[in-house]
Amino acid sequence: MITLEHYLTVAAALFVIGVFGIFLNRKNVIVILMSIELMLLAVNINFVAFSHFLQDLAGQVFTLFVLTVAAAEAAIGLAILVCFFRNRGTIAVEDANVMKG
Amino acid sequence: MASPGWPWEGSETMINAAAALPEILLVLFAMAALLFAVFGGKDEAAPSVLWASAAALAAAALFVGAGGRGTREAFHGAFVDDGYARFAKVTILLSAAAILVIGRRHMERLGILKFEYPILITLAAVGMMMMVSAGDLMALYMGLELQSLALYVVASIDRDSTRSTEAGLKYFVLGALSSGLLLYGASLVYGYAGTTLFSGILRAAGDGASIGLVFGLVFISVGLAFKVSAAPFHMWTPDVYEGAPTPVTAFFATAPKVAAMVLFGRVLWDAFGGVSGDWTQIVAFLSVVSMFLGAVAAIGQRDIKRLMAYSSISHMGFALIGLAAGTEEGARAMLIYMVVYVVMNIGVFAFILSMEREGEPVTDIGALNNYSKGEPLKGLALLVLMFSLAGVPPFVGFFAKLYVLSAAVGAGMAWLALAGAVASVIAAYYYLRIVYFMYFGEEGAPLDRTMTPANWIALLACAGAMAAGVVNLFGIEALAASAAAALVD
Repeated sequence: MITLEHYLTVAAALFVIGVFGIFLNRKNVIVILMSIELMLLAVNINFVAFSHFLQDLAGQVFTLFVLTVAAAEAAIGLAILVCFFRNRGTIAVEDANVMKG
Repeated sequence: MASPGWPWEGSETMINAAAALPEILLVLFAMAALLFAVFGGKDEAAPSVLWASAAALAAAALFVGAGGRGTREAFHGAFVDDGYARFAKVTILLSAAAILVIGRRHMERLGILKFEYPILITLAAVGMMMMVSAGDLMALYMGLELQSLALYVVASIDRDSTRSTEAGLKYFVLGALSSGLLLYGASLVYGYAGTTLFSGILRAAGDGASIGLVFGLVFISVGLAFKVSAAPFHMWTPDVYEGAPTPVTAFFATAPKVAAMVLFGRVLWDAFGGVSGDWTQIVAFLSVVSMFLGAVAAIGQRDIKRLMAYSSISHMGFALIGLAAGTEEGARAMLIYMVVYVVMNIGVFAFILSMEREGEPVTDIGALNNYSKGEPLKGLALLVLMFSLAGVPPFVGFFAKLYVLSAAVGAGMAWLALAGAVASVIAAYYYLRIVYFMYFGEEGAPLDRTMTPANWIALLACAGAMAAGVVNLFGIEALAASAAAALVD
């Protein structure tokens, strides 16, 4: 029997992997975009699981909104990344350093 | 199962889209302007689109400010039009319009006055209006993302500049991270409250929130702290402020800060008002760290945009004191603080936008050396604004700080007020250093004397307001009081 806790655990694990992917990754900005996507999908698992166990549709509606926004967000992120690559010729994380900090 | 209410039925409790009329009209305007610009000359149409957008934003502010009374709910409670939202909307719309106007020449000079710029600013303003009117986690998220997605693009609108694209990239990554954290919190709150409506969450939280709700509250708070750039979630702010084109920086420093701060208040009060004991400590922590970090880290800055970034972090700390108090008086103080902060920033940025030497924009504060000798009036205006930012009496900035500090004392958080007073003394150093440069700096290459009439008016009007507002704060206090009452009751 798969209970709500199982879903929440998987979602929490995926979410944490996504957050760590952003902070520990020193290589490539594309990996960061993938990590962001992973976080949002973890949230979607949470919403759908809650929605099912609460017998309430709002969670699934929220999921659809999140999916839509995630697609728009990825498009904008990639567009900015393309501009960045044209200027710098690299997408390595440590090369995003023109400004200190 | 209630039957669906349709807009034309005029039902008070169901769809009732009329409550969102300003937002709907602004979105329609943005789409019409986009079509007009695409088919009518692309970037040659940009100045006219810019003026039209500024006019539309100002008209919307008038419409919102003069139109609504009382509290109306739309879309089954997902959208709330009350005094609190209207107060914030007028501030947001007017500051967005002002920033468009004072930034025009700078954008033109850099060759980046694209027609998308005013349209994106308009859409971002609509997102902010949705944020401050959110009555549901879904509406909150959609408003926040409409704002954020537009802002990611305007941050990197100078797409041939390394700095601008890097700023956009950094803003995007950290903004998306904060949205993700906020969303995870939203999912937990939904799961443990069983609803996404703020009113339902308020009922579910009751007098004591379950551990799941508290986790959700913490995640949502962290996400919103990113958006208001409160320390320790401020790390994107200096880089984005420095890298983005200056008009965009000016925009970042004003309207989005108001929207995020007001939304923060909305979530804390409307959804978690019953468990204020759980969040006052979180907010007080954010507030103290922001005030001190903003005050200390700005001391070594030479770049005025970076300096304004740390200044805004510190000011957000002060505004958060109002929320941390957890009282109606505190909410009122926060609203007053945000309005004063926005006016001061518009004035300062009107000046920064016209800082040029031989036609090239400069941002080094050393360029201000001896500025007041050549330009006594503008120098005096900047002095007033700097004193006001520092919180020196008798300027309005001092009274804004006084309101938040006395709200903290009134809520039994005297230590927070004391920390605020100490932080404002530290922060005064770098504001007064700018004044020192202007009046007693060494002789150096002077700045150009050119300034567009719009910027001149904005600079003098904001400085004049900071000096003349001592009399009665232009009645902002009463408006903020009724707005705070609409939030808290």
